[in-house]
Amino acid sequence: MSATDILELTASAAAAEIAAGSLSAAELFDVYQERAAADRAAGDHGLNCFTWVAESAPEAVVADKTAGNGARPLAGVPLAVKDLFCTEGVPSQSGSRILEGYLPPYTASAVSRLSAAGASLLAKTNQDEFAMGSSNENSAYGPVRNPWDRSRVPGGSSGGSAAAVAAGLAPWALGTDTGGSIRQPAALCGIVGLKPTYGAVSRYGMIAFASSLDQAGPLTRDVGDAALLLREMVGRDERDATSLQFPHPIELPTAERLDGVTFGVPEELTGEGIEAGVLESFHAALDRARDLGAQVREVHLAHAPHALSAYYVIAPAEASSNLARFDGVRYGYRAEEPRDLLDMYTRTRHDGFGAEVRRRIMLGTYALSSGYYDAYYGRAQRVRTKISEDFRTAFAAVDFILTPTAPTVAFGLGEKTGDPLSMYLSDYCTVPMSLAGIPAISIPCGLSRGLPVGLQVAGSAFSENRLLDVAHALEGALAFDGSPARV
Amino acid sequence: MIARDEVLHVARLARLALSDEEIEPMARELSAVLDHIAKIGELDLDEVAPTSHVVEVTGALRPDEPRPCLPREVALAQAPATSDDGFLVPSPQA
Repeated sequence: MSATDILELTASAAAAEIAAGSLSAAELFDVYQERAAADRAAGDHGLNCFTWVAESAPEAVVADKTAGNGARPLAGVPLAVKDLFCTEGVPSQSGSRILEGYLPPYTASAVSRLSAAGASLLAKTNQDEFAMGSSNENSAYGPVRNPWDRSRVPGGSSGGSAAAVAAGLAPWALGTDTGGSIRQPAALCGIVGLKPTYGAVSRYGMIAFASSLDQAGPLTRDVGDAALLLREMVGRDERDATSLQFPHPIELPTAERLDGVTFGVPEELTGEGIEAGVLESFHAALDRARDLGAQVREVHLAHAPHALSAYYVIAPAEASSNLARFDGVRYGYRAEEPRDLLDMYTRTRHDGFGAEVRRRIMLGTYALSSGYYDAYYGRAQRVRTKISEDFRTAFAAVDFILTPTAPTVAFGLGEKTGDPLSMYLSDYCTVPMSLAGIPAISIPCGLSRGLPVGLQVAGSAFSENRLLDVAHALEGALAFDGSPARV
Repeated sequence: MIARDEVLHVARLARLALSDEEIEPMARELSAVLDHIAKIGELDLDEVAPTSHVVEVTGALRPDEPRPCLPREVALAQAPATSDDGFLVPSPQA
């Protein structure tokens, strides 16, 4: 098989070729390794997707040319992993200077599970520092560029993972989503991104941002790949007390029709603030859903407009607590020649953290400080309850909720860095689902001004199998062509 | 806008040094976000219970059985400074 033919394969198709003996896992690894290494070597002339790339295929993949790889569910197919997943002996820096060169002594559970299922570690992907950002411009290792237009952002915080999959530099990738960090970059790069139900995937070994919201999930070329990767990731892990046994096995999606399915379109997330071209593409996708036999009706998520406010209290508050561990004592950067212990802490944290991380630590510390706790954190948690109730009411009337994934297509590098609030609005449509802990998937639904638009489908907790099926049917009807990004 | 003293107080709580030039922009940016967040003050939430965790988890405790931990040299390997068998830090009062 030629390298060009190999690049045309989805990860699932590549796994099937390996299982059938028509492609070797080592050959597949080498094709992607060469592309990923070239991007890393190109520096600012490339997309800057990666913070580390494997030098060669893992021994297990090479040694096992014949039946062995094919016998495992992921068949040795290479996987790109967001920097914030700890990988033993491999740099895991969460996009931060404070963890520059950090080599963890253990591997995150999500990565271990995928390795056990036959995934091989190809690369670590660039990201916004500590997953705080919607453009990947907050990385200490430079911004990632969007393969559809190099002058634009790939979205964030899993921007390196999204751009790598879109550009064909990795067959698929692992990301994390706290308020939209899988779905929004997937949308801006024209690929599929799934945030599972909170608790479905273990958080053990993920460098934490906001623990009550963080979830790992797949970024893939199509819905089938997302289902395959998710199937091997989910499950209870005793090292994450909030992880849960998924109530049933994840199945690979097959649906082509949507007869009997009812979609709800919330007025609150599909009107004001959404770019005209995005809405146009969204409404065309609703027509495709109707063509497939689905019913589309209006629903209300009355508190959704307040989700962003609640999120920007809860997430920074949890981050300010989680990031207290970075103090220059046990790992990572330490400021030079500290006068005393306090001076070491404060200068290490000032110099080691970037501007956005410092801002969020300050915001979270303020919101949790004496006299403000009830007004901010307490109220935000009550808003969170109202948002969950809104979804519960909506799901009593409809099966799934449809919205655009992001209010705009990919914006220009530097366009929003001067105004944190306008950057935060990128997560307007994705944050409500994060606060409610429910699963949501973004699939590409068309182009606006030559740039991808994402369609978000959200379901009730643990509805992943039906969600993937519905997304699969929509994907077939939308027939999005992602090949222009695979340069 | 948040007062300069308040910014410095929060920075102290967060163990974060701020240079003189960083204080005013930080006050301005925090104030802009807090003004946006203040919208949730308009909602009537008196009778609403707070949500800290979205999925019901019960019985998350595991048996309390001893098991191996990281070897000392592995735990110390990534430290900026060590002394014999521990993490080396400057004195609290130099």
